Amino acid sequence: MEKGCVELAMRNKPTRVYKGPGPKEANVLLTSASTVMNWAQRSSLWPLTFGLACCAIEMISAAAARYDMARFGWEVFRASPRQADLMIVAGTVTNKMAPVVKKLYDQMAEPKWVIAMGSCATCGGIFQTYSVVPGVNHVVPVDVYIPGCPPRPEALIHGIMTLQMKIDGQVNFAARPRKIEPGYRGPSGEGTF
Amino acid sequence: MTANWKRQFFPGEDPEKHPAVETLRRDLPSAVLEIKHFGGEVWAVVSPSEAIEALTLLRDDPALNFDFLSDLTAVHWPKRKGTEFELVYQLYSISHRQRFRVKVPLADGQNAATVYGLWQVADWLEREVYDMFGIHFEGHPDQRRILNPDGFEGHPLRKEFPLQGRVRW
Repeated sequence: MEKGCVELAMRNKPTRVYKGPGPKEANVLLTSASTVMNWAQRSSLWPLTFGLACCAIEMISAAAARYDMARFGWEVFRASPRQADLMIVAGTVTNKMAPVVKKLYDQMAEPKWVIAMGSCATCGGIFQTYSVVPGVNHVVPVDVYIPGCPPRPEALIHGIMTLQMKIDGQVNFAARPRKIEPGYRGPSGEGTF
Repeated sequence: MTANWKRQFFPGEDPEKHPAVETLRRDLPSAVLEIKHFGGEVWAVVSPSEAIEALTLLRDDPALNFDFLSDLTAVHWPKRKGTEFELVYQLYSISHRQRFRVKVPLADGQNAATVYGLWQVADWLEREVYDMFGIHFEGHPDQRRILNPDGFEGHPLRKEFPLQGRVRW
């Protein structure tokens, strides 16, 4: 370590604060650009309002006064995909809804992340039928899966914290490689999706 | 006023004494194929050729006045040869606070007549029956799918339709 530097632990990333002799140099902070960008991105996740079924009720209560997700900087639920970083797919994705999920995901600006909340969004849940997509990972790439039917607000908060850890692992502003499960070809199996 | 709505129809009572059945038997006897009852509920099985006349009678007779179609659905009976499908009309009389059920047997591929002219709510209900069972309603103003996506193939509530659909994931 250089002389006059103090090492701080910023989410397990080495960060150095330069303590120079004068007041002018006292606030220099040395770190990697990735650390700062990851810190900024993970600390201000704006979710997209995306309640599809009963999981949305738990998502709403996670955002409401009792659990108050805004405490952690996962601030306002945005009604527009252009203003959102994070899509929490809360509920059953039907074949009819799947193109809408995909369209809204494509409209979100990078960087963007997806959480599949609940059994239905994770794997189709109890609905192993003709009308339900067996997991939203067939439509959009998913970062974090939250099991439960429905998951409690604590589980959602834990899921977002898991996503924060994942964001912290990004190097050189690069999000994880995107991957969609193969197989979805539209509601009748013929579409180009 | 021929019907007596002053009391409920009791279980175990002769279903022929039901006011709606009496009216159908009196005014349109050829339409009634069968009168059935179970657990205090009475329903009429009506021939498809005269279903519209029977439903119009039930709606317009002042003693019955079934002015509200609370539900219209269908049942698939694949083993009943010749009458594989059954349309079920759930009627409600707001003024008399009474319910009545009319069933119309249909063969596979046979078209039904629309009741959109009697109750406009039949618009979406008949679209749902078409979507789920593939029964076409002649005279329906907008016969297309309502629940499944537009590109969907097949009719999911037919018994031969695979539960998990035909799309391979």
